[in-house]
Amino acid sequence: MTQLGFYNTNLPPHLRVLKDEIEGYARGYGLDFYETIFEVVDADDLNEIAAYGGFPTRYPHWSFGMQYEELSKSYSYGLSKIYEMVINNDPCYAYLMRCNHVVDQKLVMAHVYGHCDFFKNNAYFAHTTRKMMDEIANHGNRLRRYAERFGEDEVEAFLDKCMSIDDLIDIHSVAIKRRDDPHAHAAGGDEVEDDDDKPVRFKTKEYLADFMNPPDQYRAAEEEKRRAKARQAPMHFPERPEKDVLLFLIEHAPLKNWQRDVLSIIRDEAYYFYPQAQTKIINEGWASFWHSTIMTQKVLQPSEVIDYADHHSGTMATSGKRLNPYKLGIELLRDIERRWNMGQFGAEWENCDDHEKKRNWNTNAGLGREKIFEVRKIHNDITFIDTFLTPEFCVENKLFSFNYQNQSKNYVVESREFDKVKQRLLFSLTNFGKPWIHVLNGNHANRGELLLKHGYNGVELKVPEARDVLANIQYIWGRPVHLETVIDDKPALLSFDGTEHSHQIIGGDHDTRGKTPARTQ
Amino acid sequence: MGQKIEQDLQRFRKIVRGKVKSNLSKYISRGEMIGKKGNDLVSIPIPSINTPQFRYGNKGSGGVGVGEGQPGQPLTQPSEDGDPQAGDQPGGHILEVDLTMEELADILGEELALPRIEPKGKKNVVTEKDKYSSIRNVGPESLRHFKRTYKRALKRQISTGTYNPVDPLVVPIREDKQYRSWKEVQKPDAVACVIYMMDVSGSMTDEQKEIVRIESFWIDTWIKRHYQGVETVYIVHDAQAHEVDEHTFYHTRESGGTKISTAYELANKIMDARFPASEWNVYAFHFSDGDNWGDDNAKCLTLLKETMLPKLNLFGYGQVESPYGSGEFFDHVSELLDEHDNVVATKVPDRDAILGSIKEFLKTGR
Ligand SMILES: [Zn+2]
Repeated sequence: MTQLGFYNTNLPPHLRVLKDEIEGYARGYGLDFYETIFEVVDADDLNEIAAYGGFPTRYPHWSFGMQYEELSKSYSYGLSKIYEMVINNDPCYAYLMRCNHVVDQKLVMAHVYGHCDFFKNNAYFAHTTRKMMDEIANHGNRLRRYAERFGEDEVEAFLDKCMSIDDLIDIHSVAIKRRDDPHAHAAGGDEVEDDDDKPVRFKTKEYLADFMNPPDQYRAAEEEKRRAKARQAPMHFPERPEKDVLLFLIEHAPLKNWQRDVLSIIRDEAYYFYPQAQTKIINEGWASFWHSTIMTQKVLQPSEVIDYADHHSGTMATSGKRLNPYKLGIELLRDIERRWNMGQFGAEWENCDDHEKKRNWNTNAGLGREKIFEVRKIHNDITFIDTFLTPEFCVENKLFSFNYQNQSKNYVVESREFDKVKQRLLFSLTNFGKPWIHVLNGNHANRGELLLKHGYNGVELKVPEARDVLANIQYIWGRPVHLETVIDDKPALLSFDGTEHSHQIIGGDHDTRGKTPARTQ
Repeated sequence: MGQKIEQDLQRFRKIVRGKVKSNLSKYISRGEMIGKKGNDLVSIPIPSINTPQFRYGNKGSGGVGVGEGQPGQPLTQPSEDGDPQAGDQPGGHILEVDLTMEELADILGEELALPRIEPKGKKNVVTEKDKYSSIRNVGPESLRHFKRTYKRALKRQISTGTYNPVDPLVVPIREDKQYRSWKEVQKPDAVACVIYMMDVSGSMTDEQKEIVRIESFWIDTWIKRHYQGVETVYIVHDAQAHEVDEHTFYHTRESGGTKISTAYELANKIMDARFPASEWNVYAFHFSDGDNWGDDNAKCLTLLKETMLPKLNLFGYGQVESPYGSGEFFDHVSELLDEHDNVVATKVPDRDAILGSIKEFLKTGR
């Protein structure tokens, strides 16, 4: 489907030449990518595309307008410029800003091929749709239709609620959770809607079949039975805590058909985008590794070295105290390549306590390049850091951990010890630095109430905000909702019944479960 | 601009301006970026709406940073989420800026659209050349970090009281090295005195004193921007008044009753003895919870009207919220507003009200 009149794929001749040249180098180094289409656009267009997360045909929502305003203002005041934008799709789409200097265009192209290779080969992207351009356009059409039919305000208000929970998906079980085509629910509901909705909804079916689990009628039938049963007389469900809260709501909340479809769209897009957030460090590191390799070894004219150095150091610079994912990623990859070239890995290396010997360790193993290609295939940020961050690397790159002081209400340097730094880094990457939320029970207290649990791991929630999210979930669920969490070091239950918020301490002398809960507004 | 994004943008603007009903109105924040036009810093309003989500609070949170620093050393405000994670968007640039107190004052002035103070007294004008401090280039992060611009960081630091006057470092967003520039500023060769008075009777809580501390820091910063020399005087009072040093001012607690007139009498005495209005631009700010001995109110008003106001550039009364007090003194001070344009009365119920209150005080340009 080529609804994208937006894309004219004609590169000006001089960029066409550059593209062929750089693509050749990229393939020569062993990078492997889908056909990559470069679009030359003006800054304004690029800001618009970026505001829509790379997809100009995305559904209408004020939040994209907000993003756009921020991008265009900061661009027009010279505060920022989008450096690169590339879309995980087959073909890949990437954007070049019209007014960029030639050396910048080369750098961006080289960088883009790094990303395209990563999208195609990294395991965490294996389940993403490669026809997202089409799917997003389809989502946009569906939402526009709903807005026409049910009112823009109504649809927007519902979208606002969905966006409040769009991070409540299960990032660890893509394959299992995507067993189920959520769009099917839109047609399987109990409401009568105009027939002309149906073909729209099913358009996505075709490609879904290509990349998800192959259609399995037996399983689909089983699934439908299970769902029907769950809808009828649920005693205690889900059987195990469900981290895909969105899926649980899609399957069990008493939504109207259009609402269920909207929630499914939000969930689909969340699943499409999450691998990018999950691999930010390694993906940017990989792309930067390749732009720097291709540029310095193949592309640069002597006269361009300064411009290049300027731009490259601009993207690689580390802020005062901030961790720059590009920098961390490229440095770690270089470190891995160096270590595997010199044979600094394996049991013998690990067990060697002789500092001097380690420093001069070189078996001329020459396995560096091979190793980093393997790394880009099988790792995400968490496993990447967990496996390859070394004490030496931390010292060399001056990494430290910081933590919050309740007294001074301030963050202070905590430690430079390897274990502490690594632990903090992994924590900040776990679940994108967001709290874990599970569905414990959809029939809580035998009254069809929804019980969620925050998997507390030492950091408490922002309570006022959590209350508002709870209210949004309550709107979707229709019955009272509860969240088990920890507040001020005590297990606590936040509840919202549709009118009032309440908050009770769980356990100890303060346990008021079964008694009248303390009401707070 | 495409028609599609135009519609989303208009919708967003309507929500921000309250033209359409939205449950998200409480999540609207009015951040700003600092941009540059020619040689001037300009403020670029960047309103935004942060959809509520389950997020971590500060308690127990932390992250990983890069650079120098010993354990225990405070960081500049880290990212709001307290984590180093970038989003799923390609990057922009973030810069860190060291600011002088004067630049800080200018930004506050711009932020609150304050008029410059017109000093009375000697009008000799001296010109100084100020240099904007150098600015380092740093790396890209997710674009959403642009919301945390300098002003917003500053605002947050004002309202949370985490701005550290000793180490005026804030983390804003800015373009890179070409930002070195020079700017001419004029400072009149005039001197000023600021008298701070505070009720320290039992009914003032620590939080209220903290509000006073933050507010007076910013008032100081602004007034000092306009004078060559600024003296400060601190007076605490319950049923009696004492001149104290700055530290004592914020850390005294008395349990007595309240007689505001004692503070005004002392301030008046100090002015006459040390800061005659013929030579000094004198400012007086009084903070209390509005509780006073009933009999004393008339005396206070007489003191203000007849002896103090004629000598003052500005009299500011800031009333903090009190769980105990009646708050009625505010009404008494307000009686003076019609006839005296150098009187300002504001209420400061919480930290969020600090900026508004500062603006009320200083917008007179006196
Ligand atoms: Zn990149």
